[in-house]
Amino acid sequence: MKYTDYYAALGVERGASADEIRKAYRRLAQKHHPDVSKEPGAEERFKEIAEAYQTLKDPEKRAAYDALGSRPQGEEFRPPPDWAQEHGASGAEKFSYEDLDFSDLFSRFGGGGAGRRAGGPLPGQDFEVPVEISLEDAFRGTTLSLSLSMPEYDAAGVLRRVPHNVKARVAPGAVDGQRLRLPGKGGKGFHGGRDGDLYLEITLKPHRLYRATGHDLYLDLPLAPWEAALGATVEIPTLSGPVSLKVPAGTSAARKLRLAGRGLPKPRGGAGDLIAVAQIVVSGEVGERERELYEQLALASSFNPRRHFAEENA
Amino acid sequence: MSIETEVLWLDEHRVVSLRELLELSGLSESELLDLVHSGAIPVSDQPGVGYTFGAHVISVARTACRLRDDFDLDAHGLSVALRLLERVHDLEEEIARLRAELPR
Repeated sequence: MKYTDYYAALGVERGASADEIRKAYRRLAQKHHPDVSKEPGAEERFKEIAEAYQTLKDPEKRAAYDALGSRPQGEEFRPPPDWAQEHGASGAEKFSYEDLDFSDLFSRFGGGGAGRRAGGPLPGQDFEVPVEISLEDAFRGTTLSLSLSMPEYDAAGVLRRVPHNVKARVAPGAVDGQRLRLPGKGGKGFHGGRDGDLYLEITLKPHRLYRATGHDLYLDLPLAPWEAALGATVEIPTLSGPVSLKVPAGTSAARKLRLAGRGLPKPRGGAGDLIAVAQIVVSGEVGERERELYEQLALASSFNPRRHFAEENA
Repeated sequence: MSIETEVLWLDEHRVVSLRELLELSGLSESELLDLVHSGAIPVSDQPGVGYTFGAHVISVARTACRLRDDFDLDAHGLSVALRLLERVHDLEEEIARLRAELPR
């Protein structure tokens, strides 16, 4: 296993008092807590902080941690043979360092650990996992295959990392932020305690064409100036295949053209809308004939798109 | 080899009981009821015996439990934190909707 410097994680000296440790934790937790911060990496940073605090706030765990000595962060190491027994880990005679992460090492000291519960039921741990799916998968539904590593107690009450492979069918209609619960797919319960649950939070991958908000989808609809002015019937892509859209004559940029029921399906029936947002685009290269026609149009037209400037200044 | 497992959508259409919410959230009954009475956790509109909740509040209640444990918050602090988080969430949704309307 790799050594983790808990004092460095909290930014305190090794001789810090309990109060200094608590204050450091609170300051860092307020900054990095995943319910508060959406900064990239905040959740991982908070896990480091919380793991360090869970050990250093408990005098027994802290003493056991300090007995491991100071080592470089990330150094590969194994605790001395009698370390667990010397520092009063529950069930120390069965203590094994196989399949353990450093973060699991202190669960049997102080107040924690299955062995402390004197045979009472201990529920399995719940886990929350973010899952990213494509818009196409959200539209059609998908089966997720998750490979997770969960700390759980074996029959002897020894904590181990156990691989879990979970398959979950997500029905069509998931939206960004959708939460799903997989009962009993978290950590195993101990001594008759119920198995924990697995919670999934869905996020949608950015799509090259569509922007999703809830069950509605937005699509930029580029139009040539004459299509916008004269109206046109254009083919646009939807998640269920191309459809024809009638663009009304006199369509200005940013006008929203709604195709009801062409967005993401809703789990209980119906679907969101596809909203095409008109954009009027011109070619970067204008041929000679096109230039002549534009010039004729400019001479013939009395249209002033900036008339409201004068009205506001009047 | 893994077997495809049951997936429950945590949305407002699925209803959970007070007992179920207590078990899933990790909150005590008095903590949960404090949050209900303060309006931080909404009860379901469905008529019935006792409190029922839309399943989407499972996430809210679990967040409350996490905040209680990670920040040592009392019921009043939890209620304020949940309401602020709800406002942040609503504003983030509004920003996402407005961004979706903007052309790339």
